[in-house]
Amino acid sequence: MTSTPDVPPAPPQSDPGAAEITTAFTVNGTPRTVGADTRVTLLDALRDRLGLTGTKKGCDQGACGACTVHVDGRRVLACLMLAAQCDGREVTTIEGLSREGRPHPMQDAFVRHDGFQCGYCTPGQIMSAVALLREGRAGTDEDIREFMSGNLCRCAAYPNVVAAIKDVAREGGDHAHL
Amino acid sequence: MDFLRPTTLDEALAVKAQRPDAVPIAGGTDVMVELNFDHRRPGALLDLTRIGELAEWSSSDGQISLGAGVSYTRLIGELGDVLPGLAMAARTVGSPQIRNRGTVGGNLGAASPAGDTHPVLLATGARVELASVRGRRTLAAEDFYTGVKRNALEPDELITAVHLPIATGGEQFAKIGTRNAMVIAVCSFAIVLRDGHAGAAIGSAAPTPRRVAEAERFLLDELPWDAPAPLADSFKRRFAELVAAAATPIDDVRGSAAYRTHALGVLARRTLTWAWDTYRGSARACA
Repeated sequence: MTSTPDVPPAPPQSDPGAAEITTAFTVNGTPRTVGADTRVTLLDALRDRLGLTGTKKGCDQGACGACTVHVDGRRVLACLMLAAQCDGREVTTIEGLSREGRPHPMQDAFVRHDGFQCGYCTPGQIMSAVALLREGRAGTDEDIREFMSGNLCRCAAYPNVVAAIKDVAREGGDHAHL
Repeated sequence: MDFLRPTTLDEALAVKAQRPDAVPIAGGTDVMVELNFDHRRPGALLDLTRIGELAEWSSSDGQISLGAGVSYTRLIGELGDVLPGLAMAARTVGSPQIRNRGTVGGNLGAASPAGDTHPVLLATGARVELASVRGRRTLAAEDFYTGVKRNALEPDELITAVHLPIATGGEQFAKIGTRNAMVIAVCSFAIVLRDGHAGAAIGSAAPTPRRVAEAERFLLDELPWDAPAPLADSFKRRFAELVAAAATPIDDVRGSAAYRTHALGVLARRTLTWAWDTYRGSARACA
């Protein structure tokens, strides 16, 4: 039997730290404007404001790599950037990789090589892998491992991730695509 | 929380003078963690990422002036040849994603005893440039670190640059971590050998990053500078003892004090060998 609480729940308190800011940026090629609290991260803006839930929240402290996106062409962690810092910048998420309904070659290769198990880290892995190719770090297995070291996979699909990246590098697929 | 985004350094300094409570944010790799976990509730953030002047470096008179906002990735790619010690430390920072955002200025601002670039800045004799509306000043790195996560910045000041000599001898940095990437140092060590200078410094083994003066003096007095020959094991062991003796580490989740002291000695011995080999090579090339 549940008892009725004696004291009603406190009404929501006004947040003295709240301040709004408008950020205009490009997301996957489309101009977007987000009005949000100044404390909102790029990760939360993408997921909660723009509905782009492909970018995952793992640790929220820059340790796991699940929220890797590209800002102005460089891979960064969306949890360690405020949305307001992206004003005027170009953001690419996992949703922006496909072209004309066809998956990016890296997405294809991850499927072909079974480069995941549960799939939670996969968007971040793929965003990192696409950037790694562009950075010219896919020459050796050792290089691939080193430059994928910011993306953790608790299912330990690492060998298949390396195989997928090698495959795309061999085909020169990224340059043809992006 | 107010979000302030100046686009010039002058504007940023004016803002910082008006709002000394504003927390500067560059790559965000430290500040954002504090915000996300509600460890800190600043009244304002001062975004430094739009200030072009801070993201530049220049070279003159054998010195590099490294803007506080140059990312680790750019430091490694553009200055790896002339600042090899700092580039080695930068390569051990976080992950590629972190290195695309993180900066030496941010490392200095956080002033964590475990910050990766600090031992190199100390060992190489770097100077930190600070600016405010009152003017500019430079401080020796060793005068910059004042306590655990504390530094010599005044409330109205910003870190604008670091000045370091271009390497002319051997520079090495080594770090112990629980894995290869994404680790905070259990302990770290840097050594710099060039004509007339021997620098050595420890990280994550005292309340602040720290120069090891006695070990430096030993190198300066006892290394065979004029006839650089391979070093005897006993020489390296003596150096390692002096380095370990200067550490005052604590036991924490990353490692015990005893382990840190031991590991520092090992890092000191190894890096001395490597740095001396490089110095000997450069001495031969000049002969």
